[in-house]
Amino acid sequence: MPFAYQLPSDVSPATVANTSSLLRIIALALISGAAIASRLFAVINFESIIHEFDPWFNYRATKVIAEKGFYEFWNWFDPTAWYPLGRVVGGTIYPGLMATSGVIYSLLHAINLPVDIRNICVLLAPGFSALTAWSTYMFTKELKDESAGLLAAVFIGIVPGYISRSVAGSYDNEAIAIFLLMFTFFCWIKALKIGSAFYGSLAALFYFYMVAAWGGYAFITNMIPLHAFALILMGRFSSRLYVAYSSWYAIGTLSSMQVPFVGFQPVRTSEHMAALGVFGLLQIIAFAELVRTHVSSKQFQSLLYASVVGMGITGALAIIGLTYKGWIAPWTGRFYSLWDTGYAKKYIPIIASVSEHQPTAWPSFFMDLQLLIFLFPAGVIMCFRQLRDEHVFVIIYAVVASYFAGVMVRLMLTLTPVVCVTAAVAFSSLLDTYIDPAEPDVLEDDSNTGQDAPTSGTSTAVSTSSPAPSLKKAKKAAAAAPPAGPLDGLVSTVTAAVSSSKKAGKPRGVFGLDTRIAVLINALGMLFFFVMHCTYVTSTAYSSPSVVLASTNPDGSQHIIDDFREAYYWLRQNTPETAVVMSWWDYGYQIAGMADRPTLVDNNTWNNTHIATVGKAMSSSEEVAYPILRKHDVDYVLIIFGGLLGYSGDDINKFLWMVRIAQGVWPDEIQEPNYFTPKGEYRVDEAASSTMKNSLMYKMSYYRFAELFGGNQAVDRVRGQQMPKVGPTLDYLDEAFTSENWIVRIYQVKKDDPLGRDLKTANAFAQGKKRKRSKPQVRRKAVS
Amino acid sequence: MAGPKSTTSSASSNAVRSLLRAYNENTSSRLKFIDAFLLFLMLSGVIQFVYCILVTNFPFNAFLAGFGSCVGQFVLTASLRSQVNPVNRAEFKDVSPERAFADFALGSIVLHFFVYNFLG
Repeated sequence: MPFAYQLPSDVSPATVANTSSLLRIIALALISGAAIASRLFAVINFESIIHEFDPWFNYRATKVIAEKGFYEFWNWFDPTAWYPLGRVVGGTIYPGLMATSGVIYSLLHAINLPVDIRNICVLLAPGFSALTAWSTYMFTKELKDESAGLLAAVFIGIVPGYISRSVAGSYDNEAIAIFLLMFTFFCWIKALKIGSAFYGSLAALFYFYMVAAWGGYAFITNMIPLHAFALILMGRFSSRLYVAYSSWYAIGTLSSMQVPFVGFQPVRTSEHMAALGVFGLLQIIAFAELVRTHVSSKQFQSLLYASVVGMGITGALAIIGLTYKGWIAPWTGRFYSLWDTGYAKKYIPIIASVSEHQPTAWPSFFMDLQLLIFLFPAGVIMCFRQLRDEHVFVIIYAVVASYFAGVMVRLMLTLTPVVCVTAAVAFSSLLDTYIDPAEPDVLEDDSNTGQDAPTSGTSTAVSTSSPAPSLKKAKKAAAAAPPAGPLDGLVSTVTAAVSSSKKAGKPRGVFGLDTRIAVLINALGMLFFFVMHCTYVTSTAYSSPSVVLASTNPDGSQHIIDDFREAYYWLRQNTPETAVVMSWWDYGYQIAGMADRPTLVDNNTWNNTHIATVGKAMSSSEEVAYPILRKHDVDYVLIIFGGLLGYSGDDINKFLWMVRIAQGVWPDEIQEPNYFTPKGEYRVDEAASSTMKNSLMYKMSYYRFAELFGGNQAVDRVRGQQMPKVGPTLDYLDEAFTSENWIVRIYQVKKDDPLGRDLKTANAFAQGKKRKRSKPQVRRKAVS
Repeated sequence: MAGPKSTTSSASSNAVRSLLRAYNENTSSRLKFIDAFLLFLMLSGVIQFVYCILVTNFPFNAFLAGFGSCVGQFVLTASLRSQVNPVNRAEFKDVSPERAFADFALGSIVLHFFVYNFLG
């Protein structure tokens, strides 16, 4: 057989194997290095600090583990969150993340490396991203071969879709969850492949870890049953499937119930019923198969099938009936809003108000995945061409995750691994085809082409390590006349171009060195630009801690706006430790983490009414809000105002959500239309509606704002509107602190007037205004 | 072991008898031993379930732990049975009977660890 280029032939197979394994180890080490290094932009540019909102709570909880031990943490009741109510932390969180860093902390201290717990928290996500790359390698190896695995590991190591949730300092559940997701899937595939209860138990153990780490475990709980069900429907039931699924489900379910936050949900809620249903179905089918081996009568077999189908339907009806009767809880709103995309907006504004819960736009697919998004469909098609059991899994995963990622920006994260895997399969098939030096035989006729096909004709299954059945399938595929995959199309066009004089469909493959080099250079260029794109996106878009804001001065130097910490530290230093701070729920965790003060509401939005209370206080007039504040012992009110600096994520822009959430609970007192101008515009200038102007949020935001401009026209830089010359006045609150750039403003709630007067009247009196005549009689009586 | 067949009529009771005979003749004593254990686990699970339905499910975690241990042990044993069954030799190329038993032991230990933890 002719070769396009010469290979050394005097190398022993052992040397080849050793060299390739050494290269693999080096490659994996470099990939880990790249994965970690590309996540450190934020730490190097700014400082080693926790970003965002949620991680502040995780950090605070981890500090409890590090300082007081695990049992204290497990039984931790936090009286400072949700102020009058308190929060049972141990029972309302997924403790996996904190436990992981707690274990790492103890380990490092045991070997006399006294690392600060904050640094462990900051650097946990980059560390686990290296593990994710490794587990993706293992997963893809099961799917194709080691080289595809390495490509997948590179892809997931640096792809921005995953980096966005795992930069250093983003100490969130997703940081370890993606590793656990991929490793659970790897164990499941492995268990299914060899039919081993050991890998099934391992999958269950990692599933348990995943349940302890992230609420997204429901994805696994439904993916694996879906895969098993699809295999059953395809007629691929085997004892291996039974062994793998049963051992995973039996151990996994029982272990998932150990997490207090999950509790009895695996037997009580609809999200988990698919797993239970498939478990039951598998038992029936396995029993039927067993019986079938002992009997051979045809009539009996049909009877058996009828009874299997009948029992399956009965089971499904039983689950539906139990759901209707209320024994099994229906889907939760968060889950349901994935199916009915308009549901959250209509009924649960608090879900719709989170920016991550919006549908994904096309550009963000490209920005997060670059060339992978083009290779993704090609890879899925290649999975179809081999279609072993694990390929079915990847296909289902791809379809389901694409849908979810389209519905919700946040779920881009679960799509990213499968995109990397399939793109790696497609890309490595391309490389396999064009690096393979075997030339198709031109001289020989028909008899030879059939033998050539597996090595050079088809794009899939070229590697020597792929098992026999796939080779057989590839042969079959090669025998089929029209090429199906896009790569095959490419191959055939190349062939047709090169050997146009020949009869169509005879020798297929790549001729000559030049075609190979042309394609390979192109492919390597694509990979190169992928790396450039990933680095660029990571450094510009995803590596900014939201705690400090950075801007650039005209001379190119960096200007840091540090108003948040300035204000939080003011709170920490200058207020009594029991002072209750009211703010919108976004800032709850940060206040608790940085200012260390009790808050009314926080980012764990478990009590909608309490949040609505805060929303009502913010959106009603001072007279209405004051009793609410007093009843909740609020000492300080904290708001974010970006009007001076042009910081768009401020409370005036979030104000309508406060109104909506409050309206959901008190539809009589708060009405959204009242906050618009008669034309239906949302304005803050002169034309703003009177309800808007009288609302506590408006007054707090623009209090003394006009004075800042020294008689000139005041301009709100975010809304781009000109503010009235005379700003609002406050009677029930005192300005306590305003940060340097006016981003954080803190107001102190006044105590009752010592003379028992209405605070408004008292204020008017102090300013020397004349009392109105109608009021004083009543008030005086109250004094004496 | 003949659960779904019990409802069928007299024509198929003949079939059930032939099934039992085929089972008795074709199954090795080792597999029969496993089947006896499976039967015991099934009975134990049924008794617990009936108790839960008829009397009380009050310590629900205790019920789930007990019932889960029965079900889990049942499927693990059934997995072992299908792995060591000579009929399935072709399907489990990578799992020798000894390996299957080690898997079974490990799976059972993990399962019962969680069961004891959940009993409360």
